[in-house]
Amino acid sequence: MLALTGLVALGVFVVMIWFAVRYRRGSRADRSNPPVNNRVLELGWIFAPLAVFIAIFVWAAVVYAGFYRGDPAAMTIYVVGKQWMWSVEHANGRREIDELHLPLGQPVRLVLSSEDVIHSFFVPAFRIKQDAVPGRYTGIRFTPTKAGGYGLHCAEYCGTDHARMGGRVFVMAPAAFARWLEQGNPSPTLAAQGFEVFRRKGCSGCHAANSAVHAPELNGIFGRTVHLADGRTVRADEAYLRDSMLLPKRDVVAGYEPIMPSFQGQLDEGEIAALISYLKSTTGKGS
Amino acid sequence: MSYLTEGYTLRSWLTTHDHKRIALLYAVAITAFFFVGGAAATMMRLELATPAGDLVSADTYNKLFTIHGVIMVWFFLIPSIPSVLGNFLVPMMIGAKDMAFPRLNLASWYIYVIGGAFTLAALVAGGVDTGWTFYTPYSTMFANGHVVLVIAGVFVVGFSSILTGLNIIVTVHRLRAPGLTWFRLPLFIWANYATSLILILATPVLAMTLTLIALERLAGIGIFNPALGGDPLLFQHLFWFYSHPAVYIMVLPAMGVASEIIPCFARRPVFGYRFMAYAILGIASIGFLVWGHHMFVSGQSLYAGMVFSMLSFLVAIPSAIKVFNWTATLYKGSITFSAPMLYALGFVGLFTIGGLTGLYLASLALDVHLTDTYFVIAHFHYIMVGGSVMAYLGGIHFWWPKISGRMYPEMWGRAAALLLFFGFNLTFFPQYLLGYLGMPRRYHEYAPELQVLNLFSSAGAVVLAAGYLLPLGYLGWSLLYGKRASANPWEATGLEWQTSSPPPQHNFHETPRVERGPYGYDPVR
Amino acid sequence: MATIQFDSAEERRSASLLGMWLFLATEVLFFGPLFFGYLRGRLAVHEAFVSGSHHIHFWLGTANTALLLTSSLTMALAVERAKLGRGVRLMLSLTAALGTAFLCIKAYEYASELGEAASARGGEAMFYFLYFAMTGVHALHLAIGIGLVAWLWLTARRYGERYSMPVEVTGLYWHFVDIVWVFLYPMFYLLERYNA
Repeated sequence: MLALTGLVALGVFVVMIWFAVRYRRGSRADRSNPPVNNRVLELGWIFAPLAVFIAIFVWAAVVYAGFYRGDPAAMTIYVVGKQWMWSVEHANGRREIDELHLPLGQPVRLVLSSEDVIHSFFVPAFRIKQDAVPGRYTGIRFTPTKAGGYGLHCAEYCGTDHARMGGRVFVMAPAAFARWLEQGNPSPTLAAQGFEVFRRKGCSGCHAANSAVHAPELNGIFGRTVHLADGRTVRADEAYLRDSMLLPKRDVVAGYEPIMPSFQGQLDEGEIAALISYLKSTTGKGS
Repeated sequence: MSYLTEGYTLRSWLTTHDHKRIALLYAVAITAFFFVGGAAATMMRLELATPAGDLVSADTYNKLFTIHGVIMVWFFLIPSIPSVLGNFLVPMMIGAKDMAFPRLNLASWYIYVIGGAFTLAALVAGGVDTGWTFYTPYSTMFANGHVVLVIAGVFVVGFSSILTGLNIIVTVHRLRAPGLTWFRLPLFIWANYATSLILILATPVLAMTLTLIALERLAGIGIFNPALGGDPLLFQHLFWFYSHPAVYIMVLPAMGVASEIIPCFARRPVFGYRFMAYAILGIASIGFLVWGHHMFVSGQSLYAGMVFSMLSFLVAIPSAIKVFNWTATLYKGSITFSAPMLYALGFVGLFTIGGLTGLYLASLALDVHLTDTYFVIAHFHYIMVGGSVMAYLGGIHFWWPKISGRMYPEMWGRAAALLLFFGFNLTFFPQYLLGYLGMPRRYHEYAPELQVLNLFSSAGAVVLAAGYLLPLGYLGWSLLYGKRASANPWEATGLEWQTSSPPPQHNFHETPRVERGPYGYDPVR
Repeated sequence: MATIQFDSAEERRSASLLGMWLFLATEVLFFGPLFFGYLRGRLAVHEAFVSGSHHIHFWLGTANTALLLTSSLTMALAVERAKLGRGVRLMLSLTAALGTAFLCIKAYEYASELGEAASARGGEAMFYFLYFAMTGVHALHLAIGIGLVAWLWLTARRYGERYSMPVEVTGLYWHFVDIVWVFLYPMFYLLERYNA
């Protein structure tokens, strides 16, 4: 790309300077019959760049799609941006602030959200960047290929300490990563925290199997296809589960009344992530 | 009798309906704003000379880049060529006595001044720190400072743009001289016409979107707040629906200026006139369909990203046509390197670099790395400063004899053009490298290993600041002491050169008739 | 009158009409973000919009629609009569009166809805926000329109067979404001009325 654009720029400049020198006033260049247009030449420099552009576009688009599509077995890590720090939660409940530890060679999927304004998770060495937007999940996938420590920045302007919002990403050998993951304060796994939230916030009052309230069973919900009251079907992914907690009236499941209250403002991003982890953990266990 | 000698009182200027005088009113106002915005930029570059945030605090720095962006975009670049050169030249180039709506024209200048007053009031009252992009929810719920006041300023100045655009369109449609068919119009007119279409179709979207931001800030509820089921990305879509075409508002007229100057000093007709005109219209229309390329990492859908990326490559095609055609115009010409020509060639070169680096940003996967870094900053400064400002200055020099009736000092003009070209590249080329190395934009501190490149950039900014003061000095000098200009010192072919310098109040003593196309230059003669 | 730039009255008229059409194009895009916001909101929180719609005054909105459509008729007649040079004042008065009646009803609606709007939560708050913003911007346009009609009334003597351009231009504007309401009325007052 650099070579290509460099060549084009150089080409244009050389021709420009060559013309400029050769046809300067007073030079003895041949000026007979200057062309005022040349259909073939002009169509040529329309379609030649077009072909090159399409090639570059396809190449870049394929790589881009890789950031958003990929291995379903990728390790999911929740990242929450808030003014002015990054808070990370691993599946086993280990939390870190302004640091992210990753195992070498393992596909990773970051699920990003924000507590306040828009931030952007940027690791220049990995060539990745993704905005964290309040009120929704965004995600990006990659596979670390080289061990070491790398700079982490916030790339979307977020206020006073925008320039200081950042930290380090550490890529470790898988065994070292496993050891690191178990160190620190022994805290319950994210799914276990989610189960705790599930009971504490009263979710289980309605959604438990033996509840008197007519509410959908949630065991094994993650990844299923859900039929909605208005005839649509959706896949129960992170974004759907999140919306169902915060905007429950939007996607009502077929056969149920829209009686669930919104948990907007009652759950913070960490609790939502924990709940989703819990719901994921029930998949495959049956109901 | 010229338009300059019709009246000498301040009142005769402030109540004038003459498009030429209104153009000069604009010139004075935007020059003042240019130096305010430039001062903010200089402060920023001085701060960035060292990695630590020591010269100004983080909050001050955030206010500096906000005010720099707001002023340079809305109070300098957008009105620069359309409102100053366009106002002065559109009626003259088409053989009209004035704009179609002279009173509206004056009103739009006053609206501009009122908008400017709001913005300056916000600046004096303590500034605002949202960035010129006003992204919500930062701007609606978290930002300190006078967001609503600045929005009021931008809202008001938007109407000034709309009215100017409307005036230019009606003037070009209805007031062309007998015989001046569409394909005999100079490319400058085509460019300003296309720009005006963008002005009237895009600016109102910005006005309403910013109004919604202000209302949301005041009322605490609105359509962008995710807690109510709203969507912060909707703001970005609406904002860029205006702000991407706004880039073409800035650069299309610059292309128009270059298309006048290059044929004149190469002494030969512009190469591929029709393709040039179609390219202008192509840029203006495709330009409305590429806004999503500012949002590749914002969380918009994968397929939206792909469509916007493809369209962004397409919009590069007409720009490439223009660069090739300008270059081809030099072929077999007879070229003089006067100051306007130096500015125009500088414009083509810097625009080419800016345009080619735009391709990097249109490529999805590359954009993920480069967006929101200094690469983007360098890219759009090459287009807007290297492109638009160079062309604006080139145009000012080219038409200075017509505007003022005096010649500017040629050697000073050439020196300033070269100095600006050098200073510009020194300032902004290192920023491409900084962006590639991963320095995010809007940072007032950075890693120490990036200091060398930042120092180059800051040194360039000093050269640039000196370079911009030069024309102010010698052009001002020439007003009083410059050699008197003849009616057509460049032996150019446009209608504006067929009347005296400076022109009489109603431009022409008798309405000119047009019998052939523009650019009837001959390199051999 | 600084009209030196035009060669004929006809040229001036066609330039003014073109100018107004361009201005109306601007206006359409000015309303654009509001319509987009409405679309986004209604898709996201549909049921809140429906319940909001059932809280505002259906019959007052309907009556206002009738008033405004009638005012477009009288405005069109005013343009016709301006060309004839007689009876234009009557039609202008009727137009302004109908527009003013619309604004009075709208003001009454606002006053009675304000309390409910202030206590609305979540999606309904967004519905009210859009309702006030969109009908408010429309009402502002209508007020400007009434001002223009009043100015035409004052200068009515000037208009006749040879010169009626200001009335025509104002007529275009008036019809535009009317058409905006034709969109707003179903968007806010008629949501899921069919099963109510």
